[in-house]
Amino acid sequence: MENTVIVIGGGISGMTASGMLALQGMKVTLLEKEAETGGHVARWDRLFPDRKKAAEVLDFAREGMKNVNVVTGAEVTGISWHDKGFTVTSGIMQPASSVPGPESLIANSGSLINEIAAGESNYTARALVLAMGFDLFEARKKEEYGYGIYNNVITSADLEEKFKSGKDILTSEGKIPARIGFVHCVGSRDEKVGNLYCSKVCCVTGVKQAIEMKEMYPSAEVFNFYMDLRMFDRHFEELYYEAQQKWGVSFIRGRLAECAENPDGTIILKTEDTLTGKPLKMTVDLLVLLSGFVPASGTAKIAGMLGLQRGTDGFVNSADSHSMNNLSGIPGVFLTGALKGPISISEAIADARATALLLADYLKSGKP
Amino acid sequence: MIKFNLFVLPFSFGLVFIVYSIVIHYYRWIKALPAVDKVKLASGVRNPSKVLASLKEIFLEGLLHRSLWKRNPLLGYMHMSFALGWFLLIVVGNLESRIYHGSHINAPYYPIFLKFFIHDRLVLFFEIFTVPAFFRFIMDFILLFVLSGLVLAFIKRKKSKWFGMTKTTNHSLYDRITLSCLWLIFPMRLLAESYTAGYFGGGGGFLTQNLGKLLVAITPGSSEMIAYFFWWSYSLVLGLFFILMPNSRYMHIPSEMLLIVFRHCGIQPKKWGSSFSSLEAHSCSRCGVCIDACQLNFAAGITNIQAVYFIRGLREQCVPENIALTCMVCGRCQEACPVGIKVDSLRLIKRREIGSGQVSDFSYLKNGHPGFADVVYFAGCMSHLTPSIPIAMEGIFKEAGVNYLFLDRSGSICCGRPLMLAGKDKQANELIEFNKILIRQTRAKLLVTSCPICYKVFREEYNLPIRIQHHSQYLLELVKDGRIALQSQHRRVVYHDPCDLGRGGNIYEAPRELLGKISDLVPAVKECADALCCGGSLGLLNTPVKKKDELTKNALEYLLKDRPDILVTACPLCKKTFSKHSGTEVRDIAEMVHDAIPGRLIRKTLAAKEPARLLAD
Amino acid sequence: MIDFGYTLTKDRQLDYDHGDFRYFRFVKALEPSIDLCIGCGSCSATCSAAQFTDFNIRKLHTVIRRGDIESIKAELRKCMFCGKCQLICPRGVNLRNLILAMNRAIEQLG
Ligand SMILES: Cc1cc2nc3c(=O)[nH]c(=O)nc-3n(C[C@H](O)[C@H](O)[C@H](O)COP(=O)(O)OP(=O)(O)OC[C@H]3O[C@@H](n4cnc5c(N)ncnc54)[C@H](O)[C@@H]3O)c2cc1C
Ligand code: SF4
Ligand code: SF4
Ligand code: SF4
Ligand code: SF4
Ligand code: SF4
Repeated sequence: MENTVIVIGGGISGMTASGMLALQGMKVTLLEKEAETGGHVARWDRLFPDRKKAAEVLDFAREGMKNVNVVTGAEVTGISWHDKGFTVTSGIMQPASSVPGPESLIANSGSLINEIAAGESNYTARALVLAMGFDLFEARKKEEYGYGIYNNVITSADLEEKFKSGKDILTSEGKIPARIGFVHCVGSRDEKVGNLYCSKVCCVTGVKQAIEMKEMYPSAEVFNFYMDLRMFDRHFEELYYEAQQKWGVSFIRGRLAECAENPDGTIILKTEDTLTGKPLKMTVDLLVLLSGFVPASGTAKIAGMLGLQRGTDGFVNSADSHSMNNLSGIPGVFLTGALKGPISISEAIADARATALLLADYLKSGKP
Repeated sequence: MIKFNLFVLPFSFGLVFIVYSIVIHYYRWIKALPAVDKVKLASGVRNPSKVLASLKEIFLEGLLHRSLWKRNPLLGYMHMSFALGWFLLIVVGNLESRIYHGSHINAPYYPIFLKFFIHDRLVLFFEIFTVPAFFRFIMDFILLFVLSGLVLAFIKRKKSKWFGMTKTTNHSLYDRITLSCLWLIFPMRLLAESYTAGYFGGGGGFLTQNLGKLLVAITPGSSEMIAYFFWWSYSLVLGLFFILMPNSRYMHIPSEMLLIVFRHCGIQPKKWGSSFSSLEAHSCSRCGVCIDACQLNFAAGITNIQAVYFIRGLREQCVPENIALTCMVCGRCQEACPVGIKVDSLRLIKRREIGSGQVSDFSYLKNGHPGFADVVYFAGCMSHLTPSIPIAMEGIFKEAGVNYLFLDRSGSICCGRPLMLAGKDKQANELIEFNKILIRQTRAKLLVTSCPICYKVFREEYNLPIRIQHHSQYLLELVKDGRIALQSQHRRVVYHDPCDLGRGGNIYEAPRELLGKISDLVPAVKECADALCCGGSLGLLNTPVKKKDELTKNALEYLLKDRPDILVTACPLCKKTFSKHSGTEVRDIAEMVHDAIPGRLIRKTLAAKEPARLLAD
Repeated sequence: MIDFGYTLTKDRQLDYDHGDFRYFRFVKALEPSIDLCIGCGSCSATCSAAQFTDFNIRKLHTVIRRGDIESIKAELRKCMFCGKCQLICPRGVNLRNLILAMNRAIEQLG
């Protein structure tokens, strides 16, 4: 019981935190609701800014997790709080068919799963790390963008999956897209869907994906429709520069207002080119929506069970956003990663390591 | 026999004043009526059945307060005891006074102060079953009836919930003074009559006689002067009440009577206002029923704009602009108003005053021929931001083999109602004329629209020689005619009545019948005429987003109480507005119908795990 | 005024120092959300009137913030008041009331 920790959420944040904790001699159980660890990063192909393979980052994290008890297929549904620590209840939320059998897991190289939750189970530990991450904004909610209605409108996450498959990216009619549009700020910075915040990484993702499309089809025209371009970290602005200089990606300052489908499946966009002050109409073959972050679906419930504060944006608030950003304000409950808001992988890893350090200290000293 | 005392003067003066004032008001209202309405009135008052109907309604509404009874019996009783009780006091008092006075023409004050004038006419023990004794009994009883209303009125101040009201009117100082006078009238009468009866040893009924004895017994130094004091006070509060009344809320009593006559003669409010509207404004009793009905009050905490305050402003000739503009024109208060005041039209008249000074220029609209078809489809501006709706409609038209024309496929010329809601009718008419030409050119026999806002204005302002349907009516017709076959998806759905389709267009059944065929419809907590606005109202002009959000969340709370799978509406604006805050999928009825055509799907429905966090907040 | 040795044509620049901000203050008092605009261009792109004519609602409420009014007086009349712009604005600018307020400003301040 002494050095037991439960990490909820097996994305890059939860993986890193649990690995670091195990390294310091803690007994760590990682509960992940999906069949595999990795979280969103497992869905990405190559990462900004250097186009490193996402799988390499995950492999690195898994390296450190040899001594972690990883339980997948275990969605946390209940947490109770007592003087010895916490009891976490998980149930299987995945429909049985979508949880792969043990064979497939073993075959899946690098997998470290020790257990597949088979029903409701309880786990007890002295401290908790919350690393439930985020959900992608449901792009269907922006109905005027036509996701789920027009076949050639996809999201950035869909595009990553296409990249990952290694196949050619074609329109739904099977043609090579000659003109591709990227729409920034889908579901972020938008009062009309109730999200006022910026999702931070979608700008650079849009730039990265624009480049990747040009790599694949050098003769294609690529346009990014943006309100502001937020190249907040090292090498990002250079990536933007590269997109223009090397790849000729066009950036149009105007938010997509609405779009419609032509009979041939191409998409007509309606926006304003605010720099010329003229309405702009454009037909594209493929439209990519840069969907933003929203709090993970279970966050509200879990935060409620523990009495954690959430901001108006729905993400969990830490005890202090500067100096105590890994503490929840509740002794023994630590916060890490994208459940506190949009974040990049490098930030997530740094955050997770800091969390592990503070947590180890807490278990040793008994103080938060 | 004495027939006069100086204390009758305040009352008499007040009476002359109020009668004069009412006559002048009546005269002005009738004189200022537009010529057409004057003709209606003249023929109406010659028609015995209309006169009878008016009298009946005056009796039922003005005295019995039937609509308030329906709302809440306690509230109805309270108002009835005042109105009917006072009325009976006057009528029965008049009859009673005739026993003592041979002549048929009494001075008007005589019945009012009768008990003073007859204080020397004792009813002796053996006269107990005589006519005078009967009247004394019945008059005391009526007085008690009125006083019971007074007690309730006091209770209502503290316990308005018992009367079915959450919020009561915040009255002006003037109204409060008038109200105090009114409330004092009956206790004063009780004291005056009782003390007199007690002091002179007889003349009262079961109540006044006994109370009088008690009063005299407990008052040290009882004297005639005390009786006079009470009679003076009674007369003064009566007189004062009459003098204050024309400018107070109580002017609603004579106003409503005339209003009922006007209505029975078929007089309607006019777009730019007429004396009918001024009469309506005077007929508001400031009962405050409209406050509870208003969503801005109970969902968004906006409490100063409701019909009662707006109308008070109209009467005082100072409606602050923000009060005129902060209103959804949703018709909920109109539906609840016991006087039946057309509040929406009053509000729009005011907005027209505000908006009339502004100009528009639509000369850029160029005529062109849209083509011919049997059915012309007008999606409406907002539907362009909810493409699923027009896509569904086109799919259905094709499935049913309809020869249709999508008039505003590449952008709508606005129907004009949004301009009208801001009081810019003249400007709206330019758009209306333009659209009318386009619609007529198609030679279609039927106009179908997806937008209830357009639907309302098409029907009320366009004067088109063709049928006009909202798509919920049209789709039901297609199903009934067997032109499309549907298969129920058996999803649990709840239906939201858009304001302009329900209260505004009186279409409640068609969408429900249609949904009944393709899904498992569950009732909403507030529906049909009681339905709430989604919060996106185009009538609401100057309200910040935060307040609108509160409206939306409140409406959703009621709609989603039974945890339906889908929230169905029939308006692009409702759909967009709800989508912002709803954790449950929101769809238009046209999409539902489209997807119920076997083998057709507009799009995959949303995953069930979609975050419901905004609602949970 | 600094003499640059040449003059800029008056109507080419927004003269912030000599702008007429009475209109802006008037409008802002009636509709404070005018300050929330980030110039994304959604309103002007979706605008119903802009389907038919050269009309840019974003420019109109932007120039009023910059102290210019003359250029918008005639333009504003083209709006149909349909509210599409408001339904799309990502900043929750209350555009219909803003347009109403701009009209009022022109009506009252000339
Ligand atoms: C389109 C896109 C592209 C991106 N590309 C890059 C990039 O190139 N480079 C970069 O640095 N960053 C990139 N990012 C950001 C990156 O994805 C995030 O920084 C990272 O995923 C955050 O990791 P996390 O572990 O905090 O959250 P997540 O990845 O969301 O992981 C959370 C995990 O918790 C699990 N979970 C949630 N709730 C429960 C529960 N109740 N019980 C059990 N388990 C639960 C989830 O299943 C998930 O596995 C991108 C983001 C997007 C949207
Ligand atoms: S990062 Fe860029 S695309 Fe994403 S929300 Fe922020 S500004 Fe918009
Ligand atoms: S408008 Fe109608 S409901 Fe409202 S206070 Fe007046 S009479 Fe009562
Ligand atoms: S019309 Fe609707 S919003 Fe306006 S006052 Fe009446 S109930 Fe309130
Ligand atoms: S309200 Fe006016 S500015 Fe706004 S979209 Fe409609 S026509 Fe354009
Ligand atoms: S849509 Fe809103 S934020 Fe964008 S330009 Fe128009 S007013 Fe400004």
